[in-house]
Amino acid sequence: MDFNDTAPEAEYRAKARAWLEANIGEYREPTEFGRGHADFVRHSKIWQKKKYDAGYTGITWPKSMGGQGLGPMNSIIYNQEESRFHAPTGLYAIGLGMCIPTVFSHGTPELIERYVAKALSGVEVWCQLFSEPIAGSDLAGIRTKAVKDGDTWTIDGQKVWTTNAHLSDFGIIVCRTDPSKPKHKGLTMFIVDMHAPGVEARPLKQMSGGADFNEVFFTNVKVHDSHRVGAEGDGWKVALTTLMNERLAVGGKPSHAPGYKTLMTLAAGIQTDNGPAIAQSTVRERIASTYIADEGIKLTQMRAQSALSRGEMPGPEQSISKVVVAKTMQDLASFAMDLNQSSGVVTDGSNPELNRLQGSYMASAGLRIAGGTDEILRNIIAERVLGLPGDMRPDKDTPYNEIKAM
Amino acid sequence: MNFDFSDDAKTMRESARKFLDANAGAAIARKSMNGTATYDADLWKAVIDLGWTAARVPEEFGGVGLTAEESCVLAEEAGRSLAPIPLTSVLAATEALLRAGSKEQQARWLPGIAEGKVIACVGWGEGNAASPSTAALTVKDGKASGVKLPIADLLGAQLAIITANGPKGVQLYLVDLGGAGVKTELVETLDLVRRSGKLTLDNAAVEALGDADAYQDWLDRAAILAAFEALGTTAASMDMTVAYAKDRVAFGQRIGRYQGVKHKCADMYIKLELARAHALHGAWAMGADAGELRQAASAARVASLDALSFTAEETVQLHGGIGFTWESDCQFYYRRNRQLASALGSSAWWADRLVRALERRNAA
Repeated sequence: MDFNDTAPEAEYRAKARAWLEANIGEYREPTEFGRGHADFVRHSKIWQKKKYDAGYTGITWPKSMGGQGLGPMNSIIYNQEESRFHAPTGLYAIGLGMCIPTVFSHGTPELIERYVAKALSGVEVWCQLFSEPIAGSDLAGIRTKAVKDGDTWTIDGQKVWTTNAHLSDFGIIVCRTDPSKPKHKGLTMFIVDMHAPGVEARPLKQMSGGADFNEVFFTNVKVHDSHRVGAEGDGWKVALTTLMNERLAVGGKPSHAPGYKTLMTLAAGIQTDNGPAIAQSTVRERIASTYIADEGIKLTQMRAQSALSRGEMPGPEQSISKVVVAKTMQDLASFAMDLNQSSGVVTDGSNPELNRLQGSYMASAGLRIAGGTDEILRNIIAERVLGLPGDMRPDKDTPYNEIKAM
Repeated sequence: MNFDFSDDAKTMRESARKFLDANAGAAIARKSMNGTATYDADLWKAVIDLGWTAARVPEEFGGVGLTAEESCVLAEEAGRSLAPIPLTSVLAATEALLRAGSKEQQARWLPGIAEGKVIACVGWGEGNAASPSTAALTVKDGKASGVKLPIADLLGAQLAIITANGPKGVQLYLVDLGGAGVKTELVETLDLVRRSGKLTLDNAAVEALGDADAYQDWLDRAAILAAFEALGTTAASMDMTVAYAKDRVAFGQRIGRYQGVKHKCADMYIKLELARAHALHGAWAMGADAGELRQAASAARVASLDALSFTAEETVQLHGGIGFTWESDCQFYYRRNRQLASALGSSAWWADRLVRALERRNAA
């Protein structure tokens, strides 16, 4: 048993590290060009192009798709090295992590030729248009419709929680094309031009104050049939490809998020009626439980990496990751604010460490929902890992246009 | 990265599981509960013949000289099967002799352990001791008088490894249970399958096994073995509950369909896998003599007890009324949960030990 890279892994790590050291530039330290900054897109595009030219994009993609044709360990290693810095990468996570793999798994050669390279080099930004006000956890309940007339489809409806829609050039969208079929069967996926007439992305202000995602309205939007991804009625099957990639993408703890070390630092500096907070057994038990969750997920990921490194599939234990990480972040932040007593709610910038925890408190509420709620993830663990029977779904076999709530 | 058991350890785990599935389990546990024997002699003999007591003993002392990983997988399978045999006591005692024993002490005891002629057990409790760091028992001129309890698998054992105050604090001592001034008797505990005993010393000869530091080092290693045992017990308890939830029907459907039920099963799995990651980290630290040993062992201990207590309690709960009956197997896990929780110091004590280790590391 060991935690070391194999020789080829070490070689790849050294190469990636050397390239990053030479090219990271101003992203060595935290920058202000995060999401929401006016220059976010410009910086993201410059960094993506640099990586593309150097061969650090599409690391696991086939060479025929412009990727590097390497294994998952190479991608993990590059990401580990890159996350030591503060490069702007978030703009492409969804497009390259979910949308484009769906396009090259199910799209025509023409679509692949037109879109894949431009996405990978960062010239064009993509978003994923699945969720709707009425279709969140129950994603197949999609209402946005696409109606065919000759070679042209007309899309009408509304999507929501669409990350980066306001910054995107294209999106993959799932629409209802046959409401007379049961809900999973009448769906079709398309590529839609986000600059087309009738597409309106309205940033949705989150309770945390940020605006990472949008509601997107489609009014009489025309899409040519050549931009269909997969067969008519196969939209659910195609979407599952995307979602499988999403579960891999939304998982671990956000890098640079507060953890048990934050709690230790904080507790060492706070006095209680009974002495330093860090000497209190209740505080020590919370440090221990936070450590167990944070490090337990890290170690679980190492188990998966060990399988990948041997060329095997990771075990099902990977599925616990997000459900543990998100709630641990929330609990840690709450507890840390409690330790600060009445000043725990003061957000005036006078205590940067505390402000980070407050940010984490607000963000974690979203993380517990995004990419599969805690409840849906528990269903998945229970049903797919433990083999328990699925929930009763009374609308499963009913034609979509005849579904009534029970 | 190769953060996983070796192929040899995995092979041993498979064969141990196969054997114990066929020869141990709830029915054998019930036989033990209903009987008076201190352990299941037939099963223990078969285990000795399979070489499990010799696995970790070096070849020079008549053993096979396998690694800590093999001990970890054996502890896990023993925990899964609830086998009423002193295997995990012997594994922990072997580790103490290996780490803290002189060549003479090893030569005296390890060959007997390997052959199965010596059953060894370990104990720190005194009925009122605050934690594994404290002891009332004090050794003077190689003799001690006092009481240790409860000690799992004491009855039927030939060797006890106990804690007492030594020259530099609490440490381990060897007690030859055949010696003068040594008395053993049954002490009733919550666990009705695995018997515990009370050891009374009346000016009895005891022999120092290493020093205070060696005791602390052994505690970490014992905690890792205990974590694997707890993992096995947790997994068996979860498996039984999941099987029941797939079978039991209420309101016209199998209860596993209800989120109130299935989410608890999912939480069992989440806690089990978090604990498994930490236990595996411990197995690595133990084999590599890594600086992170204390941190890894403490986390493995706390995480495994969290998984076990949640799972054992919800196992009874999800079985409903039938789970609360004497005839149900739920009680084995529910009782064993407290046995394992108290055997090596409480979860809170180990949580504190974990934070101490983290503080030392941060200061370094």
